[in-house]
Amino acid sequence: MKRISMTVNGVRHEADVEPRTLLVHFIREQLELTGTNVGCDTSSCGACTILMNGQSVKSCTVLAVQADGADVATVEGLASNGDWHPIQRAFHEQHGLQCGFCTPGMMMAAVGYLDENPSPTEDEVRLALEGNLCRCTGYHNIVKAVLAAADDMGS
Amino acid sequence: MIPASFDYERASSLDEALSLLAAGGEDARPLAGGHSLLPLMRLRLARPSLLVDIGGLDELRGVHADGNSVVIGALTTHHEVAGASELTGGSGLLARVAEGIGDPQVRHRGTLGGSVAHADPASDLPAALLALDAEVTLAGRDGTRSVAAADFFVGPFMSAAADGEIVTGVRVPKREGWGSAYRKFQRRAQDWAIVGVAAVVNWTESGIAGAAIGLTNMGGTPLRAPGVEAALVGASEKAQITAAASKVSELETPPADENASSEYRVHLAQVLIARAVAEAAGCPGMQSG
Ligand SMILES: Cc1cc2nc3c(=O)[nH]c(=O)nc-3n(C[C@H](O)[C@H](O)[C@H](O)COP(=O)(O)OP(=O)(O)OC[C@H]3O[C@@H](n4cnc5c(N)ncnc54)[C@H](O)[C@@H]3O)c2cc1C
Ligand code: FES
Ligand code: FES
Repeated sequence: MKRISMTVNGVRHEADVEPRTLLVHFIREQLELTGTNVGCDTSSCGACTILMNGQSVKSCTVLAVQADGADVATVEGLASNGDWHPIQRAFHEQHGLQCGFCTPGMMMAAVGYLDENPSPTEDEVRLALEGNLCRCTGYHNIVKAVLAAADDMGS
Repeated sequence: MIPASFDYERASSLDEALSLLAAGGEDARPLAGGHSLLPLMRLRLARPSLLVDIGGLDELRGVHADGNSVVIGALTTHHEVAGASELTGGSGLLARVAEGIGDPQVRHRGTLGGSVAHADPASDLPAALLALDAEVTLAGRDGTRSVAAADFFVGPFMSAAADGEIVTGVRVPKREGWGSAYRKFQRRAQDWAIVGVAAVVNWTESGIAGAAIGLTNMGGTPLRAPGVEAALVGASEKAQITAAASKVSELETPPADENASSEYRVHLAQVLIARAVAEAAGCPGMQSG
């Protein structure tokens, strides 16, 4: 067991973990933040995307011990005081989801990207989301939602 | 799946990392970004007994210009390499290659040193380093050394790095004034390159004055294409570049797998060389096709 500490959505957590514990399992099972999903075994789908020190990462391909000392943000941290984050509003208004399984990862990848590039073109959004797979929507409304959120956050 | 059990130590200096690896024996492995190693461990294709996490060694991170060369620390992420303004001239090839690796999440974690040490014949950076005549720098318990990229990659997933040695970085010549391009072919977005071509070209008013070609996934290691490089010198038109590219068939027959026969790989390499060279030359009228 290794003692680790990290800040998740602004709250500091300390815990003992086995070195082989994946960050996504630590978040879901030990912190009981089950918004972050696991969709594959091959680091491909992006459903597990979170922000680690401000950058999008696939939390199924990071060990919890590697995140010792990190600042982590998950989908649960997006809303503040009951108010949705602009990306959440945009996904709702633009119908950016169907089953919703990919949505937490999509939103976290998008939030990380908009921080880097606040006013992207449609093509740039499509490229920025290339690490996130959606089996339902065909992506068009996801892209629209990210563009709408960018507008909203810029205005 | 969850990896098999292992011990884990986070090194706080290069010396400490080297001592931990030495004490851990042959089943101890460095852990950098984990984006090659952890997927293998999750599928239980790798079962190291000890991981020495070198991810916190900031001394091995960053891109610095040093005279006519650029030095890149092993822990520099693909994302950082893609955005490095120090990579000018021909060395800009590394930035172009890095920005096309995997996806943003992978580029935020995966490192240059990890890609080099892993020596996967399908990964993109090794061929680019070979085309640039890069040197790989290594640290071991007995000191440091540097190995030419041409001698570093010795087989599939095999390099000249000894057990317990750590790749500390690479040094590449800037090649001011040269252009570069990387073209890879994959069946689906995100797949590994079936074939990739790195081209560095010195384009002058009278045509190509020098060229280096690095090939991804055309053999067990990244390869240069000396016949193509020689034939490119003096070329100034598209047709001449295409003719020079056909010399790739002089190389040893590439492997066949579920994605491509040997013949198809040679065909792809020929087409991609012509496109990459035209793009690297940056001369109008050479780009199409
Ligand atoms: C979904 C996905 C898509 C990808 N797509 C591509 C792609 O398109 N093109 C491509 O080229 N790559 C791709 N990769 C691989 C990616 O580039 C890896 O990040 C890289 O190959 C390994 O770097 P790392 O820092 O993650 O190394 P790790 O996984 O930490 O280590 C890899 C190996 O190298 C050893 N090692 C690591 N650092 C050092 C060091 N400094 N010295 C000595 N040994 C060391 C480790 O012990 C291990 O054996 C992809 C990976 C994923 C998960
Ligand atoms: S669960 Fe699919 S990429 Fe992490
Ligand atoms: S909404 Fe179902 S996977 Fe994207």
